[in-house]
Amino acid sequence: MLDEKSKVIEHADRGEGYRLLALYSPQIASAAMPGQFVHVKVPALEASALRRPFSIFDADAETGTVRLLYKRVGRGTAALNAVKPGEELFMEGPLGKGFPLECTGVPLMAGGGYGVAPLYFLAKKIMALKGGVPPSPELFVGGRTKADILARNDFAALGVPVAVATNDGSDGDKGFVTVPLDRRIAALKAENEPFTLYACGPDGMLKAVADRALESGTDGWISMDRHMICGVGACYACIQKTTSGNARCCIDGPVFAAKELVW
Amino acid sequence: MVDMCVDLGPVRLATPLATASGTFGYGTEYMGAVDYSCLGAVTVKGIRLDAWPGNPMPRHAEVPGGMVNAIGLQGPGVGMFLNHYAPLYETAFEQTGIKPPAMIVNIWGGTVEEYAEVAHIVAGSGFSFIKAIECNVSCPNVKSGGHTFGHDPMILNRLVSTVRKDLEMPLIVKLAPNVPDITPYVKACEDGGADAISLINTIPAMVIDIERRKPAIANKTGGLSGRAIHPAAVKLVYDAHRASKLPILAMGGIYEAKDAIEFMLAGASAVALGSAIFSNPGVVREVYDGITEYCSRHGFTAVRELTGALEIDA
Repeated sequence: MLDEKSKVIEHADRGEGYRLLALYSPQIASAAMPGQFVHVKVPALEASALRRPFSIFDADAETGTVRLLYKRVGRGTAALNAVKPGEELFMEGPLGKGFPLECTGVPLMAGGGYGVAPLYFLAKKIMALKGGVPPSPELFVGGRTKADILARNDFAALGVPVAVATNDGSDGDKGFVTVPLDRRIAALKAENEPFTLYACGPDGMLKAVADRALESGTDGWISMDRHMICGVGACYACIQKTTSGNARCCIDGPVFAAKELVW
Repeated sequence: MVDMCVDLGPVRLATPLATASGTFGYGTEYMGAVDYSCLGAVTVKGIRLDAWPGNPMPRHAEVPGGMVNAIGLQGPGVGMFLNHYAPLYETAFEQTGIKPPAMIVNIWGGTVEEYAEVAHIVAGSGFSFIKAIECNVSCPNVKSGGHTFGHDPMILNRLVSTVRKDLEMPLIVKLAPNVPDITPYVKACEDGGADAISLINTIPAMVIDIERRKPAIANKTGGLSGRAIHPAAVKLVYDAHRASKLPILAMGGIYEAKDAIEFMLAGASAVALGSAIFSNPGVVREVYDGITEYCSRHGFTAVRELTGALEIDA
């Protein structure tokens, strides 16, 4: 872990309230693994403000680039929204325990809203590791409405099929992401095909995916989103109940095995 | 060259900078981001006899000038601390070439006897880098966890003298800020045989989420730390220094060298950083450099000359 001064390369709109922030951060980029996060000091906030954690959407060791996909939800992200290319900010990283890359069968990834962020890096790494050998990852993405369905083109460019569900039915299935996910799980089960589940998004969705992993007796890897103070395991503010007690999302997670989680 | 060495009573520290308990885990979490060569000591998270789960989530809320937390002293218990975390601290420094800062072990308990038992176990553990015990009698977030001991000078005196008895390790007592006058509490520590005091702990506080009409923290109330509490802490250090000769480890809202220097001028022998490290791990180096610059500029050859050097016009 280090605290790297990182230069903003690009800060692009990704639809309503969503931004993609690209930073030149070569040390973090070369060490980052999918599911890990960075702890960002937001320049426009007062100096004493706490840092904000963001999942790594993509990290490229060759170009030294780290990309973050985020939604403007509170004071921190509102202030981050004002950051411009050329500005520098400090970020600690890469932090936390990410997703295991070794998986059995078809990697099924479920993301809700900006929860797709770590899944893009994960899909990319898994595909690189497999060297083009199938089965490829598949993405299931949910949102309240069409505008919450992010990074579809990025996944498509990787060759990852994307199934969509929206609460209002404005895109894909009407309902939760579990609608297309359950359909796919049923089809795989009918063919006796093994699969591994990955998820990042709101708690309700995470629990639904974790339940499916347990019911299916398959591996499920769940990335928790919690407010944090230190991001490095020092303060014990971002607690998740697990079968082995109170774990810290920042260092024992943010990715947990579905079977460890206590809801 | 400014001599940065200080003595916190019997505890010699390579620099006047420490970390505050609860903000720095068990000492190794910030390796890579904090410059440990600037630290004279790290104070670890509060330890009691057995493992303690802490409070439900959410455990903190950010506020202007700081944050309110109610972590609730989650910890592994003294056995696990000595078997796992203390050896980890020892080995973590082996590759770095940096001498491990002195470790101050913060302890708490549900009874006076538990405090004494934990203190003696730590003191007898044989780790050469553990240099002192800090008794937490002032956590605002755990009902039985110290607050009751820290808010009655008679009980405080009994606790300090019980822990002190046959303890072969320097004893620091961490005091609460929310008392009308700190003097009787300082005296209670002094009479009980404490080697030093540390102050301040967080200030009891509350944040309300008005949209949900609920407390923002599951524990309902918590402790305020950060920039906002610094002037209140300086005043308490000043009062404590005038009340007794006990050395003081001061903490509360150090974000820059000026804040640390204020504490020392008010009477502190050493100072601890806490919340500032969360937003900027580089602050440890910045404060260290700022203090040496100040000493050079004002003609102090040793940082310990700053202690109590405040000038008050008659």
